[in-house]
Amino acid sequence: MNAPSLLLDGLPVPFSDGQTIMEAATVAGIFIPHLCHHPEFKPQGSCKLCTVKANGRYVSACTMPAKDGMEVENNSPDLNDKRRTLLQMLFVEGNHFCPSCEKSGNCLLQALAYELEMLTPHFTQFYPDRPVDASHPEVLLDFNRCILCELCVRASRDVDRKNVFALSGRGIGKHLIVNAESGRLADTGFSLADKAAHVCPVGVILEKRQGFLQPIGCRRYDLQPIGMQVGRPPATGSSEQGS
Amino acid sequence: MNPPVGQRKLRLATTSLAGCFGCHMSLLDIDERLFELLDRVDLDRSPLTDIKRCGPCDIGLIEGGICNAENVHVLREFRQQCKVLIALGACAVNGGLPAQRNHLDLGQCLQEVYRTGPGIVGGQVPNDPELPLPLNQVHPVHEIVRIDYFIPGCPPSGDAIWKFLTDLLDGRTPRLGHPLLHFD
Repeated sequence: MNAPSLLLDGLPVPFSDGQTIMEAATVAGIFIPHLCHHPEFKPQGSCKLCTVKANGRYVSACTMPAKDGMEVENNSPDLNDKRRTLLQMLFVEGNHFCPSCEKSGNCLLQALAYELEMLTPHFTQFYPDRPVDASHPEVLLDFNRCILCELCVRASRDVDRKNVFALSGRGIGKHLIVNAESGRLADTGFSLADKAAHVCPVGVILEKRQGFLQPIGCRRYDLQPIGMQVGRPPATGSSEQGS
Repeated sequence: MNPPVGQRKLRLATTSLAGCFGCHMSLLDIDERLFELLDRVDLDRSPLTDIKRCGPCDIGLIEGGICNAENVHVLREFRQQCKVLIALGACAVNGGLPAQRNHLDLGQCLQEVYRTGPGIVGGQVPNDPELPLPLNQVHPVHEIVRIDYFIPGCPPSGDAIWKFLTDLLDGRTPRLGHPLLHFD
């Protein structure tokens, strides 16, 4: 019996039992846009950037198990339009000012906006008021850029066993909080060695005194579009060096 | 590359609203290609011509966001006069650096800058009636008028501006791929 495979944009993609569509695509070197997915963490399917059409239904590629003979549509104008709209909503909901962000060039949100050719945020800007937390000696928290992917929450809870981060509130009031009575990062057991310090896909969790050591223009996604970096481990933090 | 015989040159207007003129500097960064551009377009209102009012134009380039009443006025004039209006640079696209004041109270900002800030003695908030009134928040241009195209970047590179304009002038759909599309 042949190994099971699915059809991804018409191409046969083999997979092994228990793999998701995202995992099968990554092994095959095919890019599916994603934000909250990280290969080292249990998928949660919240950002919806990886939405594909599997057998005619919209599903999250990071949570949907691959099935033999499944027909999956990924890189299509319809899906990319929807993904671009999701990005635009994320951009207007926070304060994403790339020119003044240390993460620019190493940022997953920005890289996807490049990949999907998002030229304008389109919607009305929220311009929320979100104070930064600079209390920690090694790490700056800039909540203005949070996209609620929960990667730091998952890393701190599941890997570091520290439960430093959580999401609080509901709907539009949902926001990232720090698990300390004072609400300040300095009053937690958080350290730069934590996994959670290196999983933020955007510029919220930033190592201090690293900002522009690596010049703008020479960074990871300045050098190569994200769609051509399938299988490379995700960005590890603000200090990541481009290749 | 002169326009074909019988075809008139296009008219191009540019302005800098709540911006730093960096995008205009970047436009000048197309260097000797400026000659080719000027073979194909005539400049209307622009900081480069010092023409004060915008006449009927084919293309308008807007640098900067909207931070005061005059910006709104100029932007509306451009929209009225230009067939194709382009937001040029980060500030026009999403408010950019000036919009970083948006979570602050404007009155307190003015007090701190002109009266209570360090080193200020006997200062006062400028109140000349000729000064345009600031808006309480800075806005991207597409929140005020319809915008046809967007060129992000702080500033967009000369190459990006050139690619975009030549695509447009040649009748292609303007497109910035890697590495010309940049937000920083």
